[in-house]
Amino acid sequence: MKALKIIIRIAAALLVFALGIWLLQRLLVPKYVTENEEGLLVKEYYSYAGGNDVLFIGDCEVYSNFSPVRLWQDFGITSAIRGSPQQLIWHSYYMLEDTLRYETPKVVVFNVLSMKYGEPQSEAYNRLALDGMKWSDVKYRAIKASMTEEEADSEALTVASYVMPILRFHSRWNELTGADFKYMFGTRQLSHNGYVMRIDVKPVDTIPKAAPLPDYSFADVCWDYLEKIRTLCDRNGIQLILIKAPTLRPHWYDEWDEQIVKYAEEKGLCYVNILNEVETIGIDYTTDTFDAGMHLNLSGAEKLTKWFGTYLKANTALPNHRGEAEYEEKWIDRIDYYNEMAEAQAKQLSENGKLDGYWGD
Amino acid sequence: MSFVSLGFLAFLAVLILLYYLVPKKGQWILLLAGSVFFYAFAGWSALIFIAVTALSTYLAGIYIGKLAADRDKYIKEHSAELDKEAKKAYKAKVKKRTYLIMSLCLLLNLGMLAVIKYTDFGISIVNGIFRTNIGFVHFALPMGISFYIFQSMGYIIDVYRGKYAPEKNIARFALFVSFFPQLLQGPISRFDELSKTLYGPHKFDWNKFARGAWRVLWGYFKKVVIADRMITAVLALSGEPEKYTGVYVVALVLFYAIELYADFTGGIDITIGVAEMLGIEVAENFDRPFFSLNITEYWRRWHITMGTWFKDYIFYPLSVSPKMLKISKWSREKLGQAIGKRVPVYLSTIIVWFATGLWHGAAWNFIVWGLLNCLVIIVSQELSPLYTRFHKRFGFSNTKGYNVFQMFRTFWLMGFIRVLDVYRDVPGTFRQVWSVFTTANWGNLFSGSFLKLGLTLSDFIAVLAGCAVMFTVSVLQNKGQVRDNIILKRPVAVRLVVFVLIALLITIFGAYGIGYDAGAFIYGQF
Repeated sequence: MKALKIIIRIAAALLVFALGIWLLQRLLVPKYVTENEEGLLVKEYYSYAGGNDVLFIGDCEVYSNFSPVRLWQDFGITSAIRGSPQQLIWHSYYMLEDTLRYETPKVVVFNVLSMKYGEPQSEAYNRLALDGMKWSDVKYRAIKASMTEEEADSEALTVASYVMPILRFHSRWNELTGADFKYMFGTRQLSHNGYVMRIDVKPVDTIPKAAPLPDYSFADVCWDYLEKIRTLCDRNGIQLILIKAPTLRPHWYDEWDEQIVKYAEEKGLCYVNILNEVETIGIDYTTDTFDAGMHLNLSGAEKLTKWFGTYLKANTALPNHRGEAEYEEKWIDRIDYYNEMAEAQAKQLSENGKLDGYWGD
Repeated sequence: MSFVSLGFLAFLAVLILLYYLVPKKGQWILLLAGSVFFYAFAGWSALIFIAVTALSTYLAGIYIGKLAADRDKYIKEHSAELDKEAKKAYKAKVKKRTYLIMSLCLLLNLGMLAVIKYTDFGISIVNGIFRTNIGFVHFALPMGISFYIFQSMGYIIDVYRGKYAPEKNIARFALFVSFFPQLLQGPISRFDELSKTLYGPHKFDWNKFARGAWRVLWGYFKKVVIADRMITAVLALSGEPEKYTGVYVVALVLFYAIELYADFTGGIDITIGVAEMLGIEVAENFDRPFFSLNITEYWRRWHITMGTWFKDYIFYPLSVSPKMLKISKWSREKLGQAIGKRVPVYLSTIIVWFATGLWHGAAWNFIVWGLLNCLVIIVSQELSPLYTRFHKRFGFSNTKGYNVFQMFRTFWLMGFIRVLDVYRDVPGTFRQVWSVFTTANWGNLFSGSFLKLGLTLSDFIAVLAGCAVMFTVSVLQNKGQVRDNIILKRPVAVRLVVFVLIALLITIFGAYGIGYDAGAFIYGQF
């Protein structure tokens, strides 16, 4: 048999296989539109990458609490959030490295809560943080750094499953819903430059007393990554601001705070524990949180953002881009979508008494 | 490197590509390099053991071959001077030396196997008997050691017997010992059979390649879709024996039978298929064993190469050994012809099954498993005149329905013996099997409790569908290979599309990745 004929046959089989895998992958990977919606965040960044002067990195304490649209509207500051659920500090570092492939912000705001986690917490959160990241050596290093013990046991398969997520999500064949078919080739936009909006209210009732810890020191790996974040910012001429977002749970211990204060002083960084500014900001935990103090709702986020905008103006040299056509054009659609979502949620809330998802439909 | 890994698939793709690109004379060298690379993945230290086996067996073979050649030359040159008795005496003298060399080689390799595999077992026995507290050594078992040592031992015995001349090229011999597809779980090949195709040259043959690829695909289907899914339920049921008694034990027998069959035959399909893609023929190891009518037939059809190995290298030599002949003579004299003639046969059978059990693992459960198999075989043989009379008297004995009953009976009998593997505790296994008759919990079949074993309803449906496919293929194999009769007769385009569809099905329905403990083949641990 002629070699060419054989090559054509094998190539044809491989091509059909690749096409089949691609289609099945589109079907089987989670769409994040009916649950774990925050899984959309990391991928969405690439649609608003470029021209952001401020970059927030961290977990839900940033993507639920800061509104880039409000920062733009009130201060002319362009910003984006690269957040993901339970984003650990190494995720944040690689998020920053990845961002630098697309833009160089002037200020990076890092929420220090993740300093408390010295080791990978769960595979699910790794997927939420890394699946959406575009392929590059940064992503590869992020995967390697983030693996849980179980993932590390089959390292090659784990890495391969980020290249071909079907290797991870193939067993979803028995969980498929209509949404998997509907959003097979495209999904919905969740965030507003990384901000995840919720307008409903669940007031804080009681704040359980935090149990004392046997050891308050942060893990070495966290300090290493914090230092890497600082160095990376330094190298790129970026001002790093450390914050602790004003959420009541999980508890932020004074002993932790002292270590961050000391570090910030040593490195000449701005650090603001916003928990100490709650009264100044005017956050009311009976109206400004949607889950009893873990995250702020739209009202709380807008209050916090307004205060933080002022803080940024005072502590950085960020420009006001309002009036610049290039920026205005970009932000007009974002403002519209922001308002639409707020209205849709308000409508659903008034009709049903509760929110079913973020889109209000 | 596990067959069920992306690394192996990549390794295989590269190896096959290079195999057909390099000059034909170099193909076997590439295979040797590939096999060393494959084996090195299990750790460089493991290479030492396989190297010792290959080198010692090679040298012993060469030496035996040289002595035999010298003997023949001497007799030829001195045929005029030597009378028949002198020739016989000379031959006996040489045979003694070759026997010594073979024995030393066997001793070295079996000794190595014994130390690595059975030291802890020996310590546990000593501790048990003498109430001592000697610590265990926990030697790591090098990958495939039982398989390659047995394969090498078969070779040296054959060379000693003069069945074939020893391999003169050490690298070629090293390939015979280390040929990567069969390193993990056999089959235990014979040198005279494997060497016919192992060293090539092999021109790319689309038909052979396609046949091999189909076989590999079929192996992955069985291993990844069925065995690696079923293992979850097997581990759950065997992990809490106090909780899972009665009907759960029956379920475990069934589940483990499915898992072991799909796992072991799947692995062998991959082995044979990979070899076929390289143009090499490897011995078949299974012949649809669950269609066996009795346990003797079952063992002719299950792990065939191991069964024939024990038969050829232990059972027959043992049966005709001088000591056994003495026992035979003694037993005939003391116990009479009828019983006396059975003694050496049954003694050899018991020894073989004891060894078979021990080969499977250094634990009492494997030994008891071997002896139980032996017991059933001996009892069956003793009762065979009764069966014959029964079959003559009743007409239904030769009907299909009765055959199905016999298959069913053999399946469950073997299944209940086999669970010794799973519980790994002899009294515990008997307790569990006894609970089938004493625990009335059959209602749990419909209580949903089976959905708490780590498998969802969808998983059970996937396994059921997989088993239906396996069963259908086995039935179709009555009329020959499904590949030849059905698949390979279709147009190329159809075959390619079906092949791809099955590969996609395996990708989706396979039990692998996070949450599954796929990969290791059950027989890899033996």
